[in-house]
Amino acid sequence: MKKPSSQTRVARLPSRPLEFAIESLIRVLGFSAIGFVTLIFIFLLTEGLPAFLQVRPGNLFSTRWYPTFDLYGVLPLISGSALVTITAMLIAFPMGLFTAVFVREVAPNWAREVLKPLIEVLAGIPSVVLGFFGMTMLAPIVREVLGAPTGLTALTGAIILAYMSLPTIISVAEDALDAVPKSYRDASLAMGATRWQTIWRVVVPSARSGILMALMLGMGRAIGETMAVMMVTGNAARMPEGLQAILKPVRTMTATIAAEMGEVAHGSTHYHVLFGIGLILFAITFLINLAVASMMFQKRSRGGLR
Amino acid sequence: MTQRHLIQRLGFIFLGLVGFLVVAPILFVVGSIIWRGAGALTWRFLIEMPHNGMKSGGILPAIVGTLVLTAGVAIVAIPVGVGAAVYLSEYATDNWFTRAIRLAIVNLSSIPSVVYGLFGLGLFVLFLGFGTSILAGALTLAIMTLPVIISTAEEALRAVPAEFRTVSASLGGTKWQGIRYIVLPQALPGILTGVILGLLRAAGETAPILFTVAAFYLPRLPHSPFDETMALPYHLYVISTQVPGMPEGVQNATALVLLALVLTMNLVASIIRSYFRRRREW
Amino acid sequence: MVKAQVRIQEVTYRYGSRVVLRNVTLDIPANQITVFFGPASSGKTTLLRLINRLNDDISGTSLSGHIYVGDQDIYAPGVDVPSLRRRVGMVFALPLPLPGTIRENVLYGPKLAGIRSRARLEEILYKSLSQAALWDEVKDRLDDRASALSGGQQQRLCIARSLALEPEVLLLDEPTSGLDPISTAKVEQSLLALKEHYTIIIVPHSVQQGARIADYAAFFLMGELVEHGPGVQVFQNARDRRTEDYVTGRFG
Repeated sequence: MKKPSSQTRVARLPSRPLEFAIESLIRVLGFSAIGFVTLIFIFLLTEGLPAFLQVRPGNLFSTRWYPTFDLYGVLPLISGSALVTITAMLIAFPMGLFTAVFVREVAPNWAREVLKPLIEVLAGIPSVVLGFFGMTMLAPIVREVLGAPTGLTALTGAIILAYMSLPTIISVAEDALDAVPKSYRDASLAMGATRWQTIWRVVVPSARSGILMALMLGMGRAIGETMAVMMVTGNAARMPEGLQAILKPVRTMTATIAAEMGEVAHGSTHYHVLFGIGLILFAITFLINLAVASMMFQKRSRGGLR
Repeated sequence: MTQRHLIQRLGFIFLGLVGFLVVAPILFVVGSIIWRGAGALTWRFLIEMPHNGMKSGGILPAIVGTLVLTAGVAIVAIPVGVGAAVYLSEYATDNWFTRAIRLAIVNLSSIPSVVYGLFGLGLFVLFLGFGTSILAGALTLAIMTLPVIISTAEEALRAVPAEFRTVSASLGGTKWQGIRYIVLPQALPGILTGVILGLLRAAGETAPILFTVAAFYLPRLPHSPFDETMALPYHLYVISTQVPGMPEGVQNATALVLLALVLTMNLVASIIRSYFRRRREW
Repeated sequence: MVKAQVRIQEVTYRYGSRVVLRNVTLDIPANQITVFFGPASSGKTTLLRLINRLNDDISGTSLSGHIYVGDQDIYAPGVDVPSLRRRVGMVFALPLPLPGTIRENVLYGPKLAGIRSRARLEEILYKSLSQAALWDEVKDRLDDRASALSGGQQQRLCIARSLALEPEVLLLDEPTSGLDPISTAKVEQSLLALKEHYTIIIVPHSVQQGARIADYAAFFLMGELVEHGPGVQVFQNARDRRTEDYVTGRFG
């Protein structure tokens, strides 16, 4: 019924078009993450899919990776990645969980003040520096201790990878433990349980899905790690056989891409296969994240990350 | 002491030992790299060109290359990342689309670094025709850095009390004015911390620059964004695996320089964080 | 009847399916202190916030009816909300100084409104701090952090901050709820002085406070406007039984 007063209209004019422009820009930037993930997926797809058309499935899913002879069997690479990653998780998951429990539930303040910054430092060390350390310091130890012919083995890679995924595992597991309501602990302690019993029978079980998330995210980190693994695993594209395989050199998917992409002709079959391997890696980490995200959204609707 | 308490005591000691097992190697890695590198590190190593197939001379072009790349990442990733964080914290409502954005960000953060390398090669080097260049490498690293910047900046923005936004609005401020004059300044230390952590990660990465910018041996400084350049992490990889007969001193000193660079950035980030946490008024 | 500064016409406000305000019609006289009171969740604070559209960003709400400030229908399409909020100031229950100095707090609004002249800003600073009865206490430390002030001083700073925009209407939502009796008295005194220039609407933090300062009063119960009239009448001689029960402390 009434029009805005003239004073109002004067105030509108000078600042608002600029603000509209800024807010539109912010919106576009907000959407950018989706754009980038889509772009990455599209490029992996367009460059990677030809591999599955150009290489016969029998060749692609064989155990022989000799690109110079047009043999593109990716199984040794996939199993190499799996071997290193699983071994790394066998080391890192218990260590990470115990450390998270220690930091959250047990450690005196001074110990927490020492542990947390050091773990942050670990997260910040470039992977090539850890790889360098692994080559020059860890590999000789592995060789000596195990009497293996070389120190550049799946185990060496797994140890380095374990430490690289520890910061992720510890921080996610810590968050999970932190989200367990204090009342659970109080109730258990009030019934006469010791803190130790409370931790393992009440706190950790109620944080289990968050702890599972920690494992999955740590695994995602480990599968995707490139430089350190490439520098310490010896890079032999052979199928791992039996338990002693972890004392032999292996080659992971990531290392293969990093080592070979620099030398292939763009557009060649080899080039497309390497993109195809990238596509597989992308799919694996995407699925891990999707699983974690769906767990998280479920949790959030029930309150808290537990 | 009852048996239950004995078990508890032993259990706690065990957990402490595991904690020690986690951090002791970190100290050992850092310590040994500093120890071994310090002996070989000279002033001239930092400011000279490499000679003799990198076996003597310095690593100046690698240092400059990494600094230039990091600056390039900052120019691209800071505005985009902070803008996206402002969107998520101040504008986005909780709907499926926002959840999709969050999923995309988590995804970006976990895509293997070598896959970023492939992407950069495909999009920037080949499709857009930038060639192996600082431009292509910095853009690739910038996209990889985005999730770190977005999540830490969003956290910093959300930590600013909602009341400040209401007060600003009640005093006739538009939404953007509240963000510009109250929320962003208050969140700045947190944003800065996130930015440094993101740049630190970019500075230390090797795999994304393998096929997008890194030069094996290029003993000159870059002239333009379309130049290739050497870079510290790639250089360390090259001299420790690709060149036979490399003197250990050069390797150790290079590792030390790279480690010192990222640890310094880490330290700066934590100093900013603790300084401003003590100073803030809420 | 004096001229109405704020007119509320048949306002119904829903949050989801819950009715927060039901068909409220009320004229608020200019240059007087109007008190909105009633038990918790009676809708009084909601109505206060509606008068400068502070609930705009809450999703899932709906409003019918009209609210006029001066001659302007403030929920009409095309209304510039920031300009409206300059005409209708708001002081919140807890003192909420913005980060920064005393000076920055007071001048935040005027600067956003585009006032650049230094002399004009100094004048605003002096005038609004004086009106809020704070000038003498802070004149020597205008560039100190606002957060260093006492609670009572902070709340008067918040009043000064609203006055700096020279609003037509000043809304106060339990402005003394966090304050000690002495600070409360100071704030009340400054309000009594302010009504000469401003139309004041306040949600008091107690019935006693309402009775002390009300020129005009409105009693709310579960979203309904039960009774309104001159303060003396509502607090001492209520027409509605429910108002009387509440005022005399028989419930609520």
